Amino acid sequence: MLRAVGRYSLSIVHELGDFALFTGQAFRSAVGARRLGRRIVRAGFEQGVRCLPVILIVGMFTGLVLGLQGYYVLNRFGSEGLLGTLVSLSLVRELGPVLAALMLVGQAGSALAAELGIQRNTEQIAALETMGVSSHAYLVAPRLIAALLVYPMQTALFVTVGLWGGSLSGSLLLGLEPGVYWSSVERAIAAPDVRECFTKAATFGLLTISLCAYHGFNAHRCSSATGARAVSASTTRAVVQSSIIVLAADYVITSFLV
Amino acid sequence: MGADSNQSMLLNIEGLYKRFEENVVLDGASLNVPRGSLVTVLGRSGAGKSVLLKCLADVVQPDAGSILFDGKPLTVGDAAARADFRRRCSFLFQSNALFDSLTALENVALPLEQTTDLSDKEIRARSLEALQQIELEVHQDRYPSQLSGGMQKRLALARAIVTRPELVLFDEPTAGLDPLRRNAVFAMIAKYQRQFGFTALVVTHDLTEALIASDRVALLDKGRMCFEGTPAEFTASNATVVGDFRDSADALGRTLAAIRRGEALQSEDS
Repeated sequence: MLRAVGRYSLSIVHELGDFALFTGQAFRSAVGARRLGRRIVRAGFEQGVRCLPVILIVGMFTGLVLGLQGYYVLNRFGSEGLLGTLVSLSLVRELGPVLAALMLVGQAGSALAAELGIQRNTEQIAALETMGVSSHAYLVAPRLIAALLVYPMQTALFVTVGLWGGSLSGSLLLGLEPGVYWSSVERAIAAPDVRECFTKAATFGLLTISLCAYHGFNAHRCSSATGARAVSASTTRAVVQSSIIVLAADYVITSFLV
Repeated sequence: MGADSNQSMLLNIEGLYKRFEENVVLDGASLNVPRGSLVTVLGRSGAGKSVLLKCLADVVQPDAGSILFDGKPLTVGDAAARADFRRRCSFLFQSNALFDSLTALENVALPLEQTTDLSDKEIRARSLEALQQIELEVHQDRYPSQLSGGMQKRLALARAIVTRPELVLFDEPTAGLDPLRRNAVFAMIAKYQRQFGFTALVVTHDLTEALIASDRVALLDKGRMCFEGTPAEFTASNATVVGDFRDSADALGRTLAAIRRGEALQSEDS
């Protein structure tokens, strides 16, 4: 029993180290890589455009629900005027970065893990290496750099749409003065909140895209399955671990920044 | 081996050893590949042919042995020598390993885009030229999945030769093909090998085509190279391993005749 626990712990430490090396190698390989800019733009387009509808829809509904719940809670204390504060701080400091990251993991992260897994299975990654092309520089680095830019942008969009959602339910449906709502939003959000929001978004982007790329890239090392099942297992593991790491990293960052 | 023969050899493999856990795949395999020739390594399935090529291409690391490319050793960890080798060598995978999300033209252009400083215009011109030489220029905007098996093989070859390599490694290029297509693929390799002047190292178990198309053949058995010579020498060899491989069709005939006579069943019962 003790031996099994020890072996399992060692395997986790080994995988963490391997993951860190993988991410480091991806960034190192980006130095001097040819036509990297184009690949970053393409990766940014894939991550950004692919996730745009879901970011807009989830952002809007999150704002609508926050507006409704917030109004009824604040109404009990006669503080409806603080609805903008509640919605904006919830979105900017927590819900925006976390929910946007989870949506991006579901869309862009899963697609990346599956794509790399298939490329590994069909020897496309081996083909790159035999051509003298660094697979880390060609396949992973552009996605990581793009994620550092796209995640904060998507989060900003999510928060903006969410604020409009809060305004819709608070003002349009429940009768709160729009001016009251937006002025409390303006008063509530300070520079440290925005900094926290973007720090979280960039960190989540780096961690989740790197983790999804790691699992897809190493789909052939999957011990529980081979072939198409290995790709499926790697994609599932990538999405589950990325979702967990978003919430864990959120707690760590919040505890440092609050 | 004399100094002259060493100079005429593009590739010298000496005592290559590779094992996967308890399974010894290469057990001291040695091979010499003369410059500008078409050399075929024959062997049964599982003899270690593909692993030999993957050791050369740096996809698999050998446990022991030496590889000399153009007289210089390819040592594990010597990044400069390996990078030089990769610039001068191409690998054609058994599965073709084409990028399924890129068009035919993009597939051919990829090694130029990522390993050279050529301008976009030059890359496009050279990629189109390679497609033209392989008679695929009309399909330049198609994706690999929209091409037939033979076209995919040609496209993979176009991608392999676009960087103008000195050595092209072919891993089972005729695996799973019918006899007519096998002939066509070997004819294509021989034609372009002469046209572009690269050295070709092919691994296959298709004996007939290999003996017709190759300048030299080698036979890999149980991880060791048990024959190396010209096709004529292979045909005339008295070695048992060579005879077993060469006369496998005759052996099948004898087995079938025995089965028809009921001898095989009797011998199994006894």
